[in-house]
Amino acid sequence: MSTRAFGASLPRREDARLLTGQATFVDDIDLPGCLHAAVLRSPFAHARIRSIDTTAALAREGVVAIYAAADLGAVCCPGPLAVPPPPIEGALFHQRTQSPLARDKVRYAGEPVAFVVAESRYVAEDALEDIVVDWEPLPVSADLQAAARPDAPRVHEDLPDNIAARVRQVKGDYALAVRGAAHVIRRRFTYDHGCSSPIETRGVVAQWDARADRLTVWDTTQAPVFIRNGLAASLGLGERQVRVVAPFIGGGFGPKIMMFYPEEILVPWAAMQLGRPVKWIEDRAEHFVATTHERGQIHEAEIALGADGRILGVRDEFLHDTGAYDPYGLTVPINSQCTLLGPYAIPHYDSTFCAVFTHKPIVTPYRGAGRQHGVFVIERLLDIAARELSIDCAEIRRRNFIPPDAFPWDNALIYQDFTRLTYDSGQYAKVLDQLLERIGYTDFIAQEQPRLRAQGRHVGIGLVCYVEGTGIGPYEGAKLQVQANGRVSLVTGIGTQGQGHYTSFAQIAADHLGVDIADIDVITGDTDQFYWGAGTFASRGAVVAGNAIDQAARQVRAKALRLAAEIFECAEGDLVLEGGRVAIAGLPSKSLGLGELAQRANPMRGAVAAGTEPGLESTSYFGPPSGSTANGAHAMVIEVDPRTMNVRILRYVVVHDCGVVINPMIVEGQVRGGVAQGIGNAFFEQLVFDSEGQLLNASLADYLLPSSMDVPSIELGHVETPSPLNPLGIKGVGEAGAIPVGPLFAQAIEDALQLPKRGVELLEIPLSPSRVWELARSATG
Amino acid sequence: MKPPAFDYEAPRSLAEALALKARHGEEARFLAGGQSLVPAMNFRLVRPAVLIDLNGIAELGDLACTAAGRLQIGALVRHARVEGDAQVAQHQPLLAEAIREVAHPQVRNRGTVCGNLAHADPASELPAVMVALRAQMRAVSVRGERSIAAADFFQGTYSTALESDELLAQVLLEPMPAGTGTAFLELARRPGDYAMMGVAVVVRVDASGACTDARVVCCGAGDRPLASAASAAVLLGARPGSDPAALEALSEAAGAALATSIDPPGTVHASADYQRHLAQVLAARAIATACARAATHLPSRSH
Amino acid sequence: MAERQYPIRLTVNGTEREAQVEARLLLSDFIRHRLGLTGTHVGCEHGVCGACTILHDGVPARACLLFAVQTHGHSIETVESLGTPEHLHPLQEAFRACHGLQCGYCTPGILMTMKAFLEQHPDPDEAAIRKALSGNLCRCTGYQNIVAAVARAAAVAREGA
Ligand SMILES: Cc1cc2nc3c(=O)[nH]c(=O)nc-3n(C[C@H](O)[C@H](O)[C@H](O)COP(=O)(O)OP(=O)(O)OC[C@H]3O[C@@H](n4cnc5c(N)ncnc54)[C@H](O)[C@@H]3O)c2cc1C
Ligand code: FES
Ligand code: FES
Repeated sequence: MSTRAFGASLPRREDARLLTGQATFVDDIDLPGCLHAAVLRSPFAHARIRSIDTTAALAREGVVAIYAAADLGAVCCPGPLAVPPPPIEGALFHQRTQSPLARDKVRYAGEPVAFVVAESRYVAEDALEDIVVDWEPLPVSADLQAAARPDAPRVHEDLPDNIAARVRQVKGDYALAVRGAAHVIRRRFTYDHGCSSPIETRGVVAQWDARADRLTVWDTTQAPVFIRNGLAASLGLGERQVRVVAPFIGGGFGPKIMMFYPEEILVPWAAMQLGRPVKWIEDRAEHFVATTHERGQIHEAEIALGADGRILGVRDEFLHDTGAYDPYGLTVPINSQCTLLGPYAIPHYDSTFCAVFTHKPIVTPYRGAGRQHGVFVIERLLDIAARELSIDCAEIRRRNFIPPDAFPWDNALIYQDFTRLTYDSGQYAKVLDQLLERIGYTDFIAQEQPRLRAQGRHVGIGLVCYVEGTGIGPYEGAKLQVQANGRVSLVTGIGTQGQGHYTSFAQIAADHLGVDIADIDVITGDTDQFYWGAGTFASRGAVVAGNAIDQAARQVRAKALRLAAEIFECAEGDLVLEGGRVAIAGLPSKSLGLGELAQRANPMRGAVAAGTEPGLESTSYFGPPSGSTANGAHAMVIEVDPRTMNVRILRYVVVHDCGVVINPMIVEGQVRGGVAQGIGNAFFEQLVFDSEGQLLNASLADYLLPSSMDVPSIELGHVETPSPLNPLGIKGVGEAGAIPVGPLFAQAIEDALQLPKRGVELLEIPLSPSRVWELARSATG
Repeated sequence: MKPPAFDYEAPRSLAEALALKARHGEEARFLAGGQSLVPAMNFRLVRPAVLIDLNGIAELGDLACTAAGRLQIGALVRHARVEGDAQVAQHQPLLAEAIREVAHPQVRNRGTVCGNLAHADPASELPAVMVALRAQMRAVSVRGERSIAAADFFQGTYSTALESDELLAQVLLEPMPAGTGTAFLELARRPGDYAMMGVAVVVRVDASGACTDARVVCCGAGDRPLASAASAAVLLGARPGSDPAALEALSEAAGAALATSIDPPGTVHASADYQRHLAQVLAARAIATACARAATHLPSRSH
Repeated sequence: MAERQYPIRLTVNGTEREAQVEARLLLSDFIRHRLGLTGTHVGCEHGVCGACTILHDGVPARACLLFAVQTHGHSIETVESLGTPEHLHPLQEAFRACHGLQCGYCTPGILMTMKAFLEQHPDPDEAAIRKALSGNLCRCTGYQNIVAAVARAAAVAREGA
């Protein structure tokens, strides 16, 4: 083979279309006769609907139909549970999912109440204002802690309280740890709400073809196959009658996979009712309440340590705000629970969480999916331990790392994918060493910081380590097919939201087939093209689909060689596959193009031999036994204005290990983008609710996504520990950048301002300047 | 987020625009850069029945500066124009310094200074600057024209002294006498955001170095730009001088005086106490800068 | 009563176009849904994200904060005025080479902003690029590669000049 595609930083193949405005996003779908929908949303966080009067709205010119819950019939039932709770002994879980339209009662401000279809979105929005709802406002449980109390206003009346789930997972015996401990530290940690805010909001377009009896839906979903299956079930259609297309998606980050958002049912249903295509594009104001949120948690955590700083055990109890419904089961809090263990050997662990219903928008995974909460808790506990035991922050981490020869490492907990939480491989100390080296840790602490402090500057450093469970099952598939023109089509069932799959997937296949990646057409996110699949989430696309592609490509290669060997009457071993042709080694005149071979593999006369299939194609599925565990470490140097508490990032370094890398450029892009979101999460972004459950900052002017002036250049280092769990040895990378930024900010700000000396610790996220100032002030009095 | 329906008028002359506004009154709004009005309409927070688009009226586009430094900013002068104008930088450095903090490049390309002032967002930088510079606002209507002092122009959140038939046709800034120093400082969460707190400072010292005039004005501290008499009082008569320690003490005292004279509302990004604290810190810093700048522009004693 | 229609005539990417529009039709919707130029994206409709940035008489502006009716007699340029997939504009080429986009949703607005910026500032440093970019939000990339792409495009243009 000439130059290998796998492992190279090849420019992306999808870029030309994206850069020229030729890529099709959902709102770009333009169907003749298309109607436009808008959703009437509850202005109250908790209220009874006494009546809905749509008379005036219906009379408005251009309004075609208005639906309330009662008009929907059987379609208006609670949605499916996207992810059932893992089989953990003694776990309590109350499933409460949302109906497409609220029937008698609303449980968060923003819950859909009526659905308007009109000739234009402008008119549809006019009609929303004409609808008269008679509301009876009810008491609200907006605050997480208050909502957890037994006497709080209940989100679901049929439950005794607002506890949605309670799960305890235990490893070892924490009491033993405490008994042997030289030091026990206990703190309370809080993490506030945020949202993913892709620049493209959600959207759905549906078209019912009455002649073909088929429904086509374009959806900004990360999981088209699940949507197809669910839609078929709820609309009374067969799966083959439904085609779901997830075209180019303007960023997903988790919340674009929900199964089901109300609009994902309402739009197709209305298109069928009305016999005309219907489009709904979420606007930014809606997005803040209609697309799911993440991250409200409160932890009470305790760590027991030996005098040498070794962790003997951790106990954690936390509340998790799941919002008004819990369609995504326990994924987020389980991730928090499991990821807390980090790269550390923690012999005893006792963790209990309560997921709590509140009168707030629904919480489902967003990049990191609860992992950052766990990382925040353990990393902060270690910082405090380091201080109290007078051990260096890096050193205390190193002392507790799981050593490289201890893998597979069994953490004895059940993870979100229902398997036992087991780490496959890692070299944690190596990652940390490289990080310290790159940021110049020793030098900074010994010289740079004292020097700058002497000048009156408030500079601080932070460093954190984390692991990330990635690439979980169940499975993905891929179909590779050599076409008669010699081009290769590569189809998978997952959707893609900017991760570069059009390129990295082709890179996996190209070397096996001896073709250039430009000769491979990658097709994703169209259920008519590929029937099976799960979706793009949990940093799994490259791992799971990637390995399916690898297998399929190997099989197609084998087929091509076998067929060519028959034709040339030579041994397969004498053949080379290169430049899109199979040739006899050393005899370039004796060669056949892959396209010709594909035609020969589909003969018009003569039987296809028993046990073989026609065509130069193969479909393959891959399901990893369990997730592979990526890891990394971040360090940051900041300067804080000690009076305004404004923070400036001077340096940011990431060293990460995501196993074998398909395309380093794409991986680095994922990490940098993740860090940017982590910075937003740690320092800028917060969804602020009042006690009535009203979101106070539902605009991009007030919900602060970091800008080009707020995200620094990020220096990257790599360590490569292959995963033994998949043939390619890859681990996921999608969420790595975002996970550890919270504790990094806390640690670096504390260091810069020498807050602990003043008795101040930063135990919450986000850390806005205002908040840091309030905290610092409370100590200084 | 689509705006409600309205009728659109595109007058070609000022007289026509004023006649339209007189006819439609409160029902109509002028459309200048649209950078505040259109977002509000898209959120359906504002629903004018008629929009009178000023953009076709060439006579409103003038930015003029006399040799003496008297600046006239017409109704269609965009932020970007002011930002890039050498004479503004020379004669009205406070405006030049502040306007860079307003929004992002694309917004400054469309948004107008007069539109910003007519919008009267209490968090906006420019109203505070105009109060600090004692700008005169020229309001015109079919009834005639009048001049309104900036301090009287801003009457509350999104509320000005303009009558329903009046257009803010021009802002007039007098040249700054020798010995004047200015500074604008703000802290926003991100560059281009409305500030959590901003302070505009103008100080003037006479040939002996004594402060003869001082204005310390906050944006974001209340429902309109807030000029602090208490802070100015600390500065008046003082001699900022060139001793850094003395200057710092004076600035801090004036900053502290400002903090006690405002009662900020608090926002989702900044608690009320933090805002007050910021006002103090930013004012102290801005005052120190303004005094230092004034010292370099001292009037010569012979005058 | 049907909404009143206003006739407009404007230049779009160098071509004269005529249309009838309602007064309230946002320019972003007009470009995307009436002209079918879907390269201009919409992310917020309140002027913050910059995805809808186009050139209005050569100057970057938010298409979501202009009404289509206001463009009568003016010229606009959208991302479709740059290169084609087969022949990328040098700025687009630089974005590809530097991996300056992921989902690509923010990209057209950024390209239009940067095109005008580079014409005014042929030799910008990183700080100037970051400042010029501050009115365009990107949720995917962390900006670093966008900044690199703009710097590269500037360098390429200077070499060519
Ligand atoms: C993303 C973003 C960020 C921003 N950040 C800031 C910021 O940090 N600081 C800041 O100060 N501003 C900010 N702005 C607002 C910006 O400065 C606006 O340009 C300005 O406030 C309004 O000017 P305009 O010409 O666009 O006015 P328009 O939006 O056209 O009009 C605003 C109001 O004033 C009225 N009006 C306009 N002109 C006149 C006139 N001549 N006479 C009488 N009435 C008139 C209109 O009828 C309307 O009610 C931001 C805007 C955006 C979109
Ligand atoms: S869509 Fe216009 S700025 Fe966001
Ligand atoms: S590349 Fe996705 S928003 Fe910028």
